[in-house]
Amino acid sequence: MRKYSFYVLMLLGFSALLSSCGNQGNKSASNGALSSSAAEKAYIAPGEHDEYYAFMSGGYSGNITVYGLPSGRMFKEIPVFSQFPTSGYGYSEETKPMLNTSFGFVPWDDAHHPDISQTNGELDGRWIFINGNNTPRIARVSLSTFETEEIIELPNSAGNHSSSFITENTEYVVAGTRFSVPVPQRDMPINEYKGNFKGALSFISVDPEHGHLDLKFQVIMPGFNYDLAHPGRGKSHGWFFFTTYNTEEANTLMEVNSSQNDKDFIAAINWKKIEEYVNNGGGTKMPAEYAHNVYDEHTHTGTSTMNKEVLTVDPTKVPGAIFFLPTPKSPHGCDVDPTGQYIIGNGKLSADLTVHSFDNMIAAIEGKKFDGDAYGIPILKFEDVLAGVVKSGGLGPLHTEFDDKGNAYTTFFISSEVVKWKLGSWEVLDRQPTYYSVGHLMIPGGNSAKPFGKYVVAMNKITKDRYLPTGPEMEHSAQIYDISGDKMELIYDFPTHGEPHYAAGCPADLLKPNSKKIYRLSENKHPYAVLNPSEAKVVREGNEVHIYMSTIRSHFTPDNIEGVKVGDKVYFHITNHEQDFDVPHGFSMIGQNTSELLVMPGQTKTSLWEPKKVGVWPFYCTDFCSALHQEMQGYVRVSPANSNVPLTYTLGE
Amino acid sequence: MKIVTRSLAIVFSMLLISCGGKEEKKKEGFSVDRKKTTEKPVETKPATDEVPASKRITLDEKGVGQIKNIDLPETIDDEMVAIGKSIYETNCTACHKLDKRFIGPSPRGIMKRRSPEWIMNMILDPKLMTEQDRCAKDLLVEFNGAAMANQNLTVEETRAILEYFRTL
Repeated sequence: MRKYSFYVLMLLGFSALLSSCGNQGNKSASNGALSSSAAEKAYIAPGEHDEYYAFMSGGYSGNITVYGLPSGRMFKEIPVFSQFPTSGYGYSEETKPMLNTSFGFVPWDDAHHPDISQTNGELDGRWIFINGNNTPRIARVSLSTFETEEIIELPNSAGNHSSSFITENTEYVVAGTRFSVPVPQRDMPINEYKGNFKGALSFISVDPEHGHLDLKFQVIMPGFNYDLAHPGRGKSHGWFFFTTYNTEEANTLMEVNSSQNDKDFIAAINWKKIEEYVNNGGGTKMPAEYAHNVYDEHTHTGTSTMNKEVLTVDPTKVPGAIFFLPTPKSPHGCDVDPTGQYIIGNGKLSADLTVHSFDNMIAAIEGKKFDGDAYGIPILKFEDVLAGVVKSGGLGPLHTEFDDKGNAYTTFFISSEVVKWKLGSWEVLDRQPTYYSVGHLMIPGGNSAKPFGKYVVAMNKITKDRYLPTGPEMEHSAQIYDISGDKMELIYDFPTHGEPHYAAGCPADLLKPNSKKIYRLSENKHPYAVLNPSEAKVVREGNEVHIYMSTIRSHFTPDNIEGVKVGDKVYFHITNHEQDFDVPHGFSMIGQNTSELLVMPGQTKTSLWEPKKVGVWPFYCTDFCSALHQEMQGYVRVSPANSNVPLTYTLGE
Repeated sequence: MKIVTRSLAIVFSMLLISCGGKEEKKKEGFSVDRKKTTEKPVETKPATDEVPASKRITLDEKGVGQIKNIDLPETIDDEMVAIGKSIYETNCTACHKLDKRFIGPSPRGIMKRRSPEWIMNMILDPKLMTEQDRCAKDLLVEFNGAAMANQNLTVEETRAILEYFRTL
């Protein structure tokens, strides 16, 4: 009863707050930005929750960071492509396989573009995908556990940059190569690039129920650089658009040599047509080697499988599926508006934005109005597909996101600003400076059919004087603008971790109810789990010692172990018997050549220790778990390799 | 519910932080100082009761929480006992042993000391109980400040454990 009345009170409090926030929003919309306080708009009172989640790529950190909007508070770093001692990801025996590749264990990557899964073009909040740029990989992260569940490597790809973007119903996660390479890889002179190197565009199917990834086919395109991509939606669903540069096919001094052509292309790919071709037996299987790593939530364990074959598609074999849309000046961003009608290519060396029309494109294709071809792929006429040009006056346009009122927002790297403009009329409505040199920007749902146009976050490449200096290296800065009114209003500035290239955001309510609080002990299927403290044991198998250990506030079972010898491989399999939200236990062993582990309630994780010195060595819990946390420790007696000390394990004896 | 849990979590973490400060101090001294520091707060000193909480008979107290009244049938439900035993073994035996006082007290004989409602409330929401129930509060002090873990069991699961306790 007590509990419920408390609940009701809290609910009333919350709704009162929410409605007052709503009023403020309206006020600022009608009275203009000056009458409102920026601090109020970004302020979330202690204990209250943000309105939106923002997932930022970590760039060279290899991970994803989770923020709240509008507060800019960071909640979590989700390890994806990089080892993460904070949780033991990539260090625990269960998660090491997640970082396996055809090159062996690669403990890092460069994570660029997160994208949240969609149903009917709207965010559904089930998974978030992200690309590893350096050793081409795509990861799928659960938005219920906020853990990386799957990583698939991409063969024939290099600089996996035009990735990872998903189709309207998450049928595919799409990944394009930035660097073209010999396909298949072989020993050949670099200066024979032209005509010989190829660019692979990968279509990875997503199992609708479990999200499991499967590299369904790769389109082997001419050797350009495939820079960014976005899916068609609504009327253009079934198409995918990629910007290209280096259509010159230069292989050296790219800074100059790949900026020679006045126009490069946006490649328009009718993936439904190619899917049909492939489903009817089309395509060529070629040998390849790529790892596919899957983490199971119930065994708490990742497994890595090496695949040996990939289905490739020669674009000239599927007529009517692929076209090039000429686009000025090495276009970078490739963004599609919420209706699916406009494809925006931002020529990064241009001052203007080029907007192509999907309807015009279809009409030009049907009228067969081609302007030649490139390696057999028809080139449409620039004038035929163009919908309009945004004359912004800015310099270095990069990326565009959209609100729910028919406006677009484009970043300008060189002139450090965000420009708001109108779809259809192409007029510039507002411009605001960023600090400094903005790359991507993000509106929650801003690259879906249903954007939530309340805030835009600008992610900057250069920080300089925005915060207290911290030596030569600074965290990158981000700015939040309130875009609910006619003019954008800068409301907050905050540092971000790593180098966020792109971000994906969604309303908090989409994820909050599904966020997992504990793993049920009764659902734990880990082969070394201890589901009942009486099952705790130590087993020797040759020179391997397996310690089946359980934890609860605040002791390990067992906590005194004898009979371990120098030269043994000791595996601590630790099951956390807590079933309460936010009560992990940690584990670390003196002199261990790996990181600590953080074991979530109901979870089992394994830590490897290879004792090198005789003695009695302590281990302890690294997470302050209770008032008796400092007492949460134990000892392992390590005897010489030839000793006869019997294997024993005890607690409280 | 979620909000309650969350705010409890916040309160709890604040408690942890404050405990942290004390722990830091403790580390500076020798372990013999330990007793001095854990015998700390004035508020938790049992005011009038000379009998340790673990020995007290409080059968009239129902505790604080969602369980208001439990009528136990004459006969013990064996099926429920088996379920309760298994839940108990997985979720409770890390701290509660049948044959000895361990991290917490043994459940043996508990039905003679505590009411069914009190037992279920303690399992379902130990945090609330140690904050608001006198006996639970004193037990926490008697057992060295080792707070009982909330194992997120349902009312049905907790009732099964109670049935198992009837057989001990």
